[in-house]
Amino acid sequence: MITIETPVLNTLSMVASGARARVLHIDGDEHFARRLMDLGMTPGTEIALVRRAPFGDPIELVVRGSHFSIRRSEADRIHVEDV
Amino acid sequence: MSKTSERVALVGSPNSGKSSLFNRLTGLRQKVANYPGVTVEKTVGDCVLPSGKRIELLDLPGTYSMAPRSPDEQIVRDVLEGRRESTDGADLVVAVVDATNLERQLYLALQILSTGRPAILVLNLIDAAEAEGIAIDVDALTRRLGVPVLAVSAKTGRGVDRLREAMDAPRGNGHGNGAATANGGANGGATLLAGANDPARGYKDVEAIVREVVRRRPKPDPLRIRIDHVLTHRVFGPVIFLLLMATVFQSIYAWATPAMDVIDAGFTALSGVVRATLPAGPLQSLIADGMIAGAGTVASFLPQLVILFFFLALLEDSGYMARAAFIMDRVMGAVGLPGRAFLPLLSSFACAIPGIMATRTIESRNDRLTTILIAPFMSCSARLPVYALLIGAFIPDKHLLGFVGLRGLTLLALYLFGIAAALAVAWVLKRTVLRGRRPLYVMELPPYRVPTWRSVLLTIRNRCVLFLKRAGTVIVAVSIVLWFLATYPSGHPETRALEAQAHAATAAGATAEAARLDDAAAGSALRHSFAGMLGQVIEPAIRPLGFDWKIGIGLISSFAAREVMVSTMATIYNLESGSGNDASASLRRILPGVTDARTGLPVYTPLVAVSLMVFFALACQCMSTVAVVRRETNSWRWPIFMLVLMNVMAWGASFLVYQGGRMLGWV
Repeated sequence: MITIETPVLNTLSMVASGARARVLHIDGDEHFARRLMDLGMTPGTEIALVRRAPFGDPIELVVRGSHFSIRRSEADRIHVEDV
Repeated sequence: MSKTSERVALVGSPNSGKSSLFNRLTGLRQKVANYPGVTVEKTVGDCVLPSGKRIELLDLPGTYSMAPRSPDEQIVRDVLEGRRESTDGADLVVAVVDATNLERQLYLALQILSTGRPAILVLNLIDAAEAEGIAIDVDALTRRLGVPVLAVSAKTGRGVDRLREAMDAPRGNGHGNGAATANGGANGGATLLAGANDPARGYKDVEAIVREVVRRRPKPDPLRIRIDHVLTHRVFGPVIFLLLMATVFQSIYAWATPAMDVIDAGFTALSGVVRATLPAGPLQSLIADGMIAGAGTVASFLPQLVILFFFLALLEDSGYMARAAFIMDRVMGAVGLPGRAFLPLLSSFACAIPGIMATRTIESRNDRLTTILIAPFMSCSARLPVYALLIGAFIPDKHLLGFVGLRGLTLLALYLFGIAAALAVAWVLKRTVLRGRRPLYVMELPPYRVPTWRSVLLTIRNRCVLFLKRAGTVIVAVSIVLWFLATYPSGHPETRALEAQAHAATAAGATAEAARLDDAAAGSALRHSFAGMLGQVIEPAIRPLGFDWKIGIGLISSFAAREVMVSTMATIYNLESGSGNDASASLRRILPGVTDARTGLPVYTPLVAVSLMVFFALACQCMSTVAVVRRETNSWRWPIFMLVLMNVMAWGASFLVYQGGRMLGWV
């Protein structure tokens, strides 16, 4: 992924509510990465973070038009760049 | 559903409306069973095609991918690849996708088509898609995929007739043969297969197709955003959640009671009819006291199950259940359970039977089993009559600090004790027998949809049929065994003498004396029955808990249902056991005065009462719970594990209470 300006590297759990990010890669075992990619979170996909749950965890995402809820511990393993 | 009939499998992701379509195609001609050896449920139905041909329709579990990660998904893959013995493949696959979001839904559909089975693609929820301004070029998609593509709305029935026709069309001659056409198509079967193993590539293919056939891109649904803003709001979200849960609980706890009373009265009347028509004797007793009583127990659960599954179907089909799990995940996560465990555990305060049946919304096997195993620790309403009797008889009606009633406090303590035991067991199970990595939580928050009556009613019906067939039979069988134990051997000389005296008193017109002697005869019969002997046999085991053999009889008979303890104790002490309230009131009066014939000391002391209540809080004295756990886990292993675990815990806790109390000098 070559971009002109250096992208800010983050994990998905650091993205603010209402912000968007682009998936770079997913850490963790193959099982976990495969599941998320099956749901559409393939590298390069844009993800919007909608909100956090009332008690702060999990978080709600929009991926390819579908809404998902994912724990912060899981979002920590998804590396993203700012859009 | 003969084995020779053709089998058609419905495959799709969760929330694709696959089950609504299944209900639309099969109506009442469906049944739920289990795949052999696993807890995954198998839903099959009969469907008649326009040519008059009958097919067997299989509603496969919802899946997101053909790379299986759960028992559910393994089943889907096995069926599509014809690997499961019991379900040797499918002759035709109907891939169901939600037309409002083709970009995500076609990913699974492409994997299904790549298996090479004859297939049809159904664009379900087509009305919702059109309402959102999405236009799909069905002809272009048909050409692109090489399989019939049909726009359908399972909700309104639009396109369902054409789907039936397509299912009826001859297969294997190009039309409908997905593999052959896809191989010859522009995309090529090889690419489709590669997509199944490489999500990035699979989604690239999907993006290309969507660009070609979808004419308007979906916009985020503003209504959904507005509803979510309230339902998952930081303050209103949890408040609305608690209000909804309180409504569900209140309805199964209180609103089911009138219906249960009617059912109870009906079965009592029925056994009255049997007593009046059949000659007195073993057959009359077997039918009236064994079989009808057992059937009555089974039927009395139905009002709670109907109400619970009505709410459950409503919450699940509308999309709210996913939000409830979203809100509660953090809270329940503190004890290692998923957010979806909240409702089953709450329901268990009314009764563990509906509670355990409600755990089917929990996806992870270990989480579901943990929830099932701790549900019976919640103080159910059947424990209440026993608590009320013992508290009324032995806990003084005093107030602490002038306003905190000691009796109320004792009851509250028993409820909290049950919860604490449940959490402790969950903690231990999650670290021992049900250990495993924390299951992936990631979950779809589906769009809100108005539930259809058809789906809600079919859910209720299927759950009730399952309960009656699988758990009901066990319950009736066990109640016949319990009846036998409490009835035989009959004709002990003491019982005979009392019966003769009662007859004489009746003949002499001394009604009160006759009634007293009748009660005495019933008590004598029970004391000399197998149950009575068993009470004596287990006495050495329960003596350290402060229980005598008569309490032992009560414990054995309360396996029918916990509240039976009260009427059994009334019978043992020669009291009229007819109406529960009267029996409880007279027992409350006499129990404190009961003395041991050998020692002359009181049998029931406040310490014995507390020990007995602790025992009831923990012990698994409920054949219906055992039967329903057997049904929900599809094996005898877990119900037996639960039975042993709970009763060992109950014995240990009562032992500590009784012996500890005596060491401290309490009586």
